[in-house]
Amino acid sequence: VSTTENAVDPVTAPPLTVRPVARRGEGVLWLINPRLAIGLTIVTIFVLASLFLPLFAPIDPSQQATYLKNLPMSGEHLLGTNALGQDIFWYLIFSIRNSLLLGVIVGVGVTIISTAVGLSAGYIGGTYERVVMLFVDTFITIPLLPILIILGAVIRGNTTFLTVGFIIIIFGWAWGARTIRSMALTLREREFINMARFSGANTVDIIAREIFPYVTAYMLVGFINTVLFAINTEATLAVIGLSKVEVPTLGSIIFWALNYNALFTGNYPWIVAPIVATITLFLGLFLLSTGFNQAFASRRGVA
Amino acid sequence: MAVLQYIGKRLALYFAVLFIGLSITFLLPRLMPANPIDGYIGQLQSRAQGSLTPEAIADLRINLEQLYGLEGDLFTQYLAYLERVFLKLDFGPSFTYYPQPVSTMIVNALPWTLTLLLVSTTIAWVLGNVVGLVAGYFHTKKAATILEVVGILLYPIPYYILAVSVILLLAYIIPIFPLAPTFPVGEMTLQKVGMIIYSSLLPALTLVLAGFGWNILSMKALAVATTEEPYVVFARLKGTSNWTRMFRYVFRNAMLPQVTALALSLGTIFNGALLTEILFAFPGMGLIMRTAASSGDYNVLYGAIAISIIAVATAGLVIDLIYPLLDPRIRHK
Repeated sequence: VSTTENAVDPVTAPPLTVRPVARRGEGVLWLINPRLAIGLTIVTIFVLASLFLPLFAPIDPSQQATYLKNLPMSGEHLLGTNALGQDIFWYLIFSIRNSLLLGVIVGVGVTIISTAVGLSAGYIGGTYERVVMLFVDTFITIPLLPILIILGAVIRGNTTFLTVGFIIIIFGWAWGARTIRSMALTLREREFINMARFSGANTVDIIAREIFPYVTAYMLVGFINTVLFAINTEATLAVIGLSKVEVPTLGSIIFWALNYNALFTGNYPWIVAPIVATITLFLGLFLLSTGFNQAFASRRGVA
Repeated sequence: MAVLQYIGKRLALYFAVLFIGLSITFLLPRLMPANPIDGYIGQLQSRAQGSLTPEAIADLRINLEQLYGLEGDLFTQYLAYLERVFLKLDFGPSFTYYPQPVSTMIVNALPWTLTLLLVSTTIAWVLGNVVGLVAGYFHTKKAATILEVVGILLYPIPYYILAVSVILLLAYIIPIFPLAPTFPVGEMTLQKVGMIIYSSLLPALTLVLAGFGWNILSMKALAVATTEEPYVVFARLKGTSNWTRMFRYVFRNAMLPQVTALALSLGTIFNGALLTEILFAFPGMGLIMRTAASSGDYNVLYGAIAISIIAVATAGLVIDLIYPLLDPRIRHK
């Protein structure tokens, strides 16, 4: 359709020929490279902390006026308390948990949709592909934030945290679909696909049994990228007050801190802690996704 | 002929994207379970302490439906919406600033956004690509790794974190920039222009930092691959200097995917600009949308979104139409 037809993001683009399964007896050690190791460590710490620490929380941190306001950091309140009388440390832990949870839900939904759309478009081709790519290009081109702002204005207050997730899924599948389609395109012309077709396999069989195993490696990378995208999008909406800001997330914590002028009142932990946590988590997820890419690429002897 | 065909296809895609994008904007809010009119009537009812009669509410509903353009069935509304966007570019009056037309508000805000975007995106693209080119061309050297690490550290940081961190560092801890930016209106004097530029530096810095990281990483990956190409090796054996090879041989080819990527990422960049405007109170489209969203000014919201989609799609079209000038392979096909 345009020059951008086969463009993929070189930062997150997948290796095209990936061995679907590791050789038996080698384990998964071949996967490890520095980026992957650092990313995996960071993400594991965040996931474990957000899974288990909330079990020890003394009280639901989203409840206001639990403690005295603006207490400094101490043994009892590791990061102090905020202007709403909430414990900042526990609020942050719950924020990370909710953001990660949203990211995983959106990641699963987006990965399923983009794989199905991308594989079918790339393999079937023809008019079907052109129509699908028109929608993919549209969803990539149109700016997402204005649409989210108007949705936020319409459903304000009458929404659940999950609705926000579903809206992000609706707008998140296009990039992945585009990448998977371009992988399917290159695979379509390979000998073994012809072989399968001449042996009498139908389209669904070929897509599911012959092409799908090749894109599973990318699906993992795409999944991680989507988790990043989802956390970022929800947080962006929350920071400008258009998500469900009562739910602690990495965005809503900054929304409240900005609204109560944490900087002017000198309550630094309230704003610095979420910034540090977000940057660390995002760096970890990014290293994890590029680390996997590198590992899969070195597997076929390129890097 | 090939060029004409290319332009024709690209134009068709442009109108299709506009049409689908505007249709989605129209449909999605109407599929949502919440109805803005019910919400508004509920607000009035509670303010009147339940004293509104059912007849008064029915009258109110009809008036509000007229105001919001919600009369008739979905299809009639849709046709009226498309007619307003494509044929008249008229979005009715703003409710909050009645009777100021929405188009005037947008015409006032759009130049702010476009200037901020154009300047910061250009700087981020040029700077990021040059740094990425150097990192990729000398990828065997230790120092190049440092440049790449800068990209890795910058790229995953989201816009809102960058904006808040920049305010925290450069306006609060080291107060060289204004905490409360001022954007004076009316007659422009030299002093006012200076004040505007001074206040715009922080939002621009945020956007440059955000675009910088991706360009470094992406250009580095492309430059590493291009440096290995036989024609670059040939150029080296011919005795050309590093400088010539880097810019005339590697950069000219590695740049093409970067131009395409820029066209594709315009939507994301625009999102970032809107968010940055909101957080820095910069008087562009983002601020208009945020204000309209909190006051329920739907005419302004729809107008601003339609114009945003048109602006981003048009910018992408312009980049893709410039592309044949950069890539002789399309020109001479």
